[in-house]
Amino acid sequence: MIDYLIRRLVGTIPVLLAVSLFVFLFVHLLPGDPARLVAGPDATPQDIAAVRADMGLDRPLVVQYLRYLGQTVQFQLGRSIKTHQTVAELIGERFMPTLLLTVFAMVWSVIGGVAVGVLSGVKRGRWQDQLAMVLAISGISFPGFWLGLLLIDLFSVRLGWLPTGGYESWQSFVLPAFTLGTGVAAVMARFTRSAFVEITAEDYVRTARAKGVPERLVVWKHTLRNALIPVITLTGLQFGFLLGGAIVVETVFAWPGLGRLLVDSVSYRDYPVIQAEILLFSFEFVLINLIVDLLYAVVNPEIRLR
Amino acid sequence: MSDVALATPTIRSPSAEFWRRFRRKHVALLSGGVLLLLIVAAAAAPWIAPYGPTTPDYDSVLAGPSWQHLCGTDTFGRDIFSRILWGGRISLTVGFVSVALGGLAGVVLGLVSGFFGGLVDGFIMRLMDVLLAFPGILLAIGVVALLGPGIDNVIYAIAVFSVPVFARLVRGSTLALKQTLYVQAARSIGVRAPMLMLRHILPGTLPSVIVYCSLRVGTSILTAAALSFIGLGAPPPSPEWGTMLAEGRSYLGVADQITLFPGIAIFVTVLAFNLLGDGLRDALDQKLR
Repeated sequence: MIDYLIRRLVGTIPVLLAVSLFVFLFVHLLPGDPARLVAGPDATPQDIAAVRADMGLDRPLVVQYLRYLGQTVQFQLGRSIKTHQTVAELIGERFMPTLLLTVFAMVWSVIGGVAVGVLSGVKRGRWQDQLAMVLAISGISFPGFWLGLLLIDLFSVRLGWLPTGGYESWQSFVLPAFTLGTGVAAVMARFTRSAFVEITAEDYVRTARAKGVPERLVVWKHTLRNALIPVITLTGLQFGFLLGGAIVVETVFAWPGLGRLLVDSVSYRDYPVIQAEILLFSFEFVLINLIVDLLYAVVNPEIRLR
Repeated sequence: MSDVALATPTIRSPSAEFWRRFRRKHVALLSGGVLLLLIVAAAAAPWIAPYGPTTPDYDSVLAGPSWQHLCGTDTFGRDIFSRILWGGRISLTVGFVSVALGGLAGVVLGLVSGFFGGLVDGFIMRLMDVLLAFPGILLAIGVVALLGPGIDNVIYAIAVFSVPVFARLVRGSTLALKQTLYVQAARSIGVRAPMLMLRHILPGTLPSVIVYCSLRVGTSILTAAALSFIGLGAPPPSPEWGTMLAEGRSYLGVADQITLFPGIAIFVTVLAFNLLGDGLRDALDQKLR
């Protein structure tokens, strides 16, 4: 297991380096002088010169990249063009709301999605299955931002039960987390169902039934436990979907998180913030997938031996 | 192949078998019909839309649905039904063009990667891993941040976002097909690499590519609408569906038609692509079993 852990950790490093290289080159890919772009539209020539010296733009690209890496590791991510705060500060303020939102969304969508998927698998072909799968394909096709607006319209504007947006109390989490998790729950339900149905066809499940194991045990012990293994991997992949979805859902609910910061920064061309945010989101995604892979290896010893 | 068919008459050609299966997928067929209708309606928008997409009518601002305005009007008195028809041109174009571009690049990369293996494969696939490391819509937002907002850039952004998925898919089937007897045979009689890839391997990868295209067009339309909704896609007064929804946000509970009908348009279109893709996949899967 330790061996596998080390191999996977080492294997992640090139991906992280490549992602950071992409993000580093980002500002250089933009048309025009990177120093001028980073300094912002109102910068004086002195400001631009200062930024150029600060970014080391006169040095070779390789040296610049290594400097960028060094600064990133120390969380020196530059300053926002718009607010002049340090990017690390800005991101620090916005980090928790997004983390909480995605975690709540993930928790409900995994529990809800797996439960619906298992129900569908057990009742295969019956009305419960058909209803669940109609809901699931609809959930995948439903635009999250529209769902958010519909929920606001019903629960906030008409019924007045929940706030339309903001980040104050537990009530303000309900609608955004539900909206964000819907797509993932739908994917989870479909995937769990197909994994469940596949395992049900296995010989050992038939054997268990044939020797008279009670149906409840067949479902819980023989089928579900094995069906959940691929579901774990999917959970990691779906987390990326959630991070992306948070960008849109935060805009709908005026949520003070990283997603809305990113959208605002893109509209304002606040490149230092954009660069840092893209890096952060990608690192988060890569690391979550690493954790999921490790969990997967804990559950399924076969993986470790490869 | 005909003598084989004579020996065992129940064996059909793969495409006939596929069609036989697919014909029974009523939901998928219906979805295909709905899509056809949407495409025709969008293409014919200049002739069938009762009003112009940006023609204001200040005498009937925020009107509910009526015979004059089937889906009501928005804040400028523009006819929402006409805007949806015109907006369909944008959404469907973005969906098809971005998937065509991303799919083409992905198929070529996947073929080359799977066929040559080794260093080429390693390099291309690591590149794809890096692209996949940017979660979901983020890559598209990065591209829009580079190129600036606007619907053309949204197409490129979403195309980039589709490349790794197709590359992986095609690489997988290429690896399998490379080992098949008929490809080995072609190779042994001296067929060159480009010919092997195009004539002998590519056709085998296409069924799964087509299924994926259908699912992917739906996702792309959804992503484009989301980008427009957050203000990074088509700017107002464009009748892009996501843009229309964003404009109606401030009128929730007052004039729900502004968000309701574009929302339905996005949902129905994406759902139809997803159901069609599901049907195609099931029909293909059964053939493989």
